[in-house]
Amino acid sequence: MGHPLFVLFRRDLALFLRRRQDAMAIIGFFLVAVALFPLGVSPEPEILRTIAPGAVWIAALFSTVLALERLFSDDLADGTLEQQMLSSQPQGLMVLVRLAAHWLVTGLPLVLLSPFIGLQFGLHGEEVAVLAFSLLLGTPVLVLLGGIGAALTAGLHGSGGLVTLLLLPLYVPVLVLGTAAVSATMAQTSPEAHLSLLGAALLAALALAPWTTAAALRITTD
Amino acid sequence: MSEKRIQWFKFSSPGNFFALVEKLLPWLWTTALITTALGLYIGFFVAPVDYQQGNSYRIMFIHVPAAWMSMFIYLVMAVYAFITLVWRIKMADVLAASLAPTGALFTFAALWTGALWGRPTWGAYWVWDARLTSELLLLFLYLGYMALHAAIPDRQRASRAASLLALVGVVNLPIIYFSVKWWNTLHQGASVSVSKGASMDSSMLAAMLLLSLACWMYAIAVSLTRAQAETLDRERGATWASSLAAAQAAELDEDLETTSEGVPVQHTW
Amino acid sequence: MSVMEFLAMGGHGPYIWGSYGVMALLMVIEARQVIARKRKALSLQHAAGHGGRS
Repeated sequence: MGHPLFVLFRRDLALFLRRRQDAMAIIGFFLVAVALFPLGVSPEPEILRTIAPGAVWIAALFSTVLALERLFSDDLADGTLEQQMLSSQPQGLMVLVRLAAHWLVTGLPLVLLSPFIGLQFGLHGEEVAVLAFSLLLGTPVLVLLGGIGAALTAGLHGSGGLVTLLLLPLYVPVLVLGTAAVSATMAQTSPEAHLSLLGAALLAALALAPWTTAAALRITTD
Repeated sequence: MSEKRIQWFKFSSPGNFFALVEKLLPWLWTTALITTALGLYIGFFVAPVDYQQGNSYRIMFIHVPAAWMSMFIYLVMAVYAFITLVWRIKMADVLAASLAPTGALFTFAALWTGALWGRPTWGAYWVWDARLTSELLLLFLYLGYMALHAAIPDRQRASRAASLLALVGVVNLPIIYFSVKWWNTLHQGASVSVSKGASMDSSMLAAMLLLSLACWMYAIAVSLTRAQAETLDRERGATWASSLAAAQAAELDEDLETTSEGVPVQHTW
Repeated sequence: MSVMEFLAMGGHGPYIWGSYGVMALLMVIEARQVIARKRKALSLQHAAGHGGRS
């Protein structure tokens, strides 16, 4: 299939796969970051269970931000970004496709790894499932919102901390909802409300974030 | 801040803006100082000792204005950011960028005074309730705006990027507030009620309103002065700026002035 | 009431004066910084103006 959007999607995926070590580094970072919590707080089972949702989610947050920094910078540097913006395809859709590829490589692995980490932190059955599901809904939102930050700061030298500073306030609602879902399950109450809100956030992000990111890209490349 | 209703676009020209601000500044500072003096007097010498909180409630007279200003300034910044993005008026960006440091200052002041009020009143310097946490995140929003503006070397890109960020922030702020509120109901965190409600003595209300006005005048004076400096920095080569410099030079050199031929001429004032 | 009593504020003195003091300090610093920056911009303008006027 030669449809331009699909070609773009395949291209981004191929780039990621070619530089596997970048994607591996993100996943490695996630695992290390999560491991720091028991080391820094306490390995006691009760405490681990309490901090589990937060620890996993915060590690996922930082991993996402880390991965996003490279999202547009490389393409901006070699001119392909401007080329892509000249395309007749709707810019919002192009951004969506790129973010989808990005999530597939940097977000989905976190979702898949989370059950194992959940078990490490002493979570059981349903709690682990809710943790994974909350990340499944939440990490795309993080990537969608993160695209805005990445687009605004693309190509800036030494902007590592800047993207984090810009994105973390945006991420707070997602963090709150994601961890609340797991905590609710752990407290024997239903996580439905939180997960529904998280789903709503995902839909809102899908609707609003891509063209905001496209606007940001236009500002960056003008 | 929001200037004349007539001839709106006249003041988007830097030269007119500079002149207008020059005229406004004395009034702004005077009002600020008078309202501060009055407000402090009423706050400390007229308002009685509170039955429950003793004297510590007097911090409210600056904490509440600081919090109001922190949010109001962000809103105004967002409006100017919108104007910058949509109509690309440079003056709007100058105003938005000039407001940000003052907004950040008030946000920090709100957090600081809130902590010092919280300790004697509720026993804790800090609680993670919706209000305080949102205020903290507001500080990060301000700092993020300023950092982004400063990090981008190209002025046009910087102004537009920061403006987009400000707009995203202003949409995000209520979302943050409600999400933290939500989070607090789950964890039954401390939720402290900051305002004294309808049981306020009229003198307390008077002090608070006077100091609010004082903060408002101060904020306008300081950010407009910053905007003047920023305008001069950006428009150094422009005609209006040179004329301004010339006019000021003429005021200073009372006895001697060089004509365009370079021949000194004696002036009699 | 005496000056000492006023300053003590019934035991809440440090909190009250710590609040008002920091706020006043911040505002004074900001105001001075902003006015100094404007003066500097004006003097740079003079320099540019004189240079360009010959």
